Amino acid sequence: MSRRLSRWATALAAVLALAGVTACGSGRPAASASPSAPASGAKEVTVFAAASLTGTFTELGKAFEAANPGTTVRFNFGSSATLAQQIVQGAPADVFAAASPATMKTVTDAGLASAPATFVRNRLQIAVPAGNPAGVDELKDLADPKVKVALCAPQVPCGAAAVKALEAAGLKVTPVTLEQDVKATLTKVELGEVDAALVYTTDVIASGGEVRGIAFPEAGQAVNDYPIAALAKAPAGDLAGRFVDLVLSQRGKDVLIKAGFEAP
Amino acid sequence: MSGSQGSRPAPGGGAGAARTGGREVSGRLPWMLVAPAVLGLAFLVLPLAGLLIRAPWSTLLQRLAEPQVLEALRLSLVSATVATAACLLLGVPLAWLLARVEFPGRRLVRALVTVPLVLPPVVGGVALLLVLGRRGLVGQWLEATFGVTLPFTTAGVIVAEAFVAMPFLVISVEGALRAADRRFEEAAATLGASRWTVFRRVTLPLIMPGVVAGAVLCWARALGEFGATITFAGNFPGTTQTMPLAVYLALETEPEAAIVLSLVLLAVSVAILAGLRDRWVAAP
Repeated sequence: MSRRLSRWATALAAVLALAGVTACGSGRPAASASPSAPASGAKEVTVFAAASLTGTFTELGKAFEAANPGTTVRFNFGSSATLAQQIVQGAPADVFAAASPATMKTVTDAGLASAPATFVRNRLQIAVPAGNPAGVDELKDLADPKVKVALCAPQVPCGAAAVKALEAAGLKVTPVTLEQDVKATLTKVELGEVDAALVYTTDVIASGGEVRGIAFPEAGQAVNDYPIAALAKAPAGDLAGRFVDLVLSQRGKDVLIKAGFEAP
Repeated sequence: MSGSQGSRPAPGGGAGAARTGGREVSGRLPWMLVAPAVLGLAFLVLPLAGLLIRAPWSTLLQRLAEPQVLEALRLSLVSATVATAACLLLGVPLAWLLARVEFPGRRLVRALVTVPLVLPPVVGGVALLLVLGRRGLVGQWLEATFGVTLPFTTAGVIVAEAFVAMPFLVISVEGALRAADRRFEEAAATLGASRWTVFRRVTLPLIMPGVVAGAVLCWARALGEFGATITFAGNFPGTTQTMPLAVYLALETEPEAAIVLSLVLLAVSVAILAGLRDRWVAAP
């Protein structure tokens, strides 16, 4: 009996010791998507950017690497809200570019960045699959119960903008799905699973003709500002600020406007 | 996972049969086994502790009373259960085919069965859309003939969950079938039983523990399914928003609500699994 007891005691001690170790180490939990620490000597800038910036920022990243030999730019593209959570949880990011002021606020409220600058704006469009099977021409067609509509979930920026635009138009639309991000919403249109969706102008352009975009006046009531900021504790130091400068420069504007963004 | 279940000697062996003849091995516990075991346990359990520590206990009840939470929970339980039933109906015969029938390309088929295990669930969801979607190979025909579209319906949730969870059942049942003593089946056949009768009266009772273990795994996997569901069935409260989807979206804006939802899902599933285990799976 005593042996069994001592067995339990040792097992318990091991668990406690382990718990103690992990508790000490959990001061700065890394998010799942966080890249590993850069090797000493290598210069790396880690940019957390909204999924809708994937194409343009990849292009700007290459331009930055060309202008600063020896540096590499690493990107973590995703939903702005998720990225903001990862940064607050201690992910080693240098720059954060968000698709909405609200998600940037999560980071500034935590004291991890200050004075974000609005670098572009994005406007919603109605996206319809090739051939426009439901004959959608304007926003009010989306209220027709026979038209299958996909919207972004209201928790993510494109969904918040969709709610605002539909409210401005005084329309009640019942979507068949509330997608987790704008790319997922666009995919549903590309595959023809829905008849229409509200996505950003830039996503329609990025789809390369697979979907057709229809501009609508109420989109003007729900334009999204995209803020960018170098993070206060950026591991890359002033390289972070230089990446932000590139995005705000004329060169950056050219790339972004070509992709369908609007100047702020 | 199922080897120990299937290797029991007696047909229909319940909890009692397994214990006979076992002499307890005594002596010091080998640290080579105990140390990694404890580490492994800590690795599995500590994230749960993290959830418990960060849970907003003061507002817990208030958050639980929100109708959306109960709706998502109900949908999760119903769809996972129906998906498990569908997997049993199709998966047990499939496992039998793989274990008992020699046919050319059997090894390839066995590898194909495990595809959903290695496929990222989101890719699985896209694949399902390409086949069963409105413009998919089969989906097109389904809509034209029966007026049925699966995406964005609860049936779509069940399809996505079954696709991802079925391999767990098939592998488990196949393992049990291979470990089961075939002499009982042969004896029944010599006595004139048809293959169907042998399966129903001899094989199935023999491998029941493996089937139950597989069904439990399958149900648990279906309950936690996220990627294929959100891709194939979409996300709408009441029809396709299961708990994992609700958790993911809550995480976007309200991490605390997401923790509450996760704990509810965990508590309910652990309670059900523990209950099942005591009743059906012989726990030593």
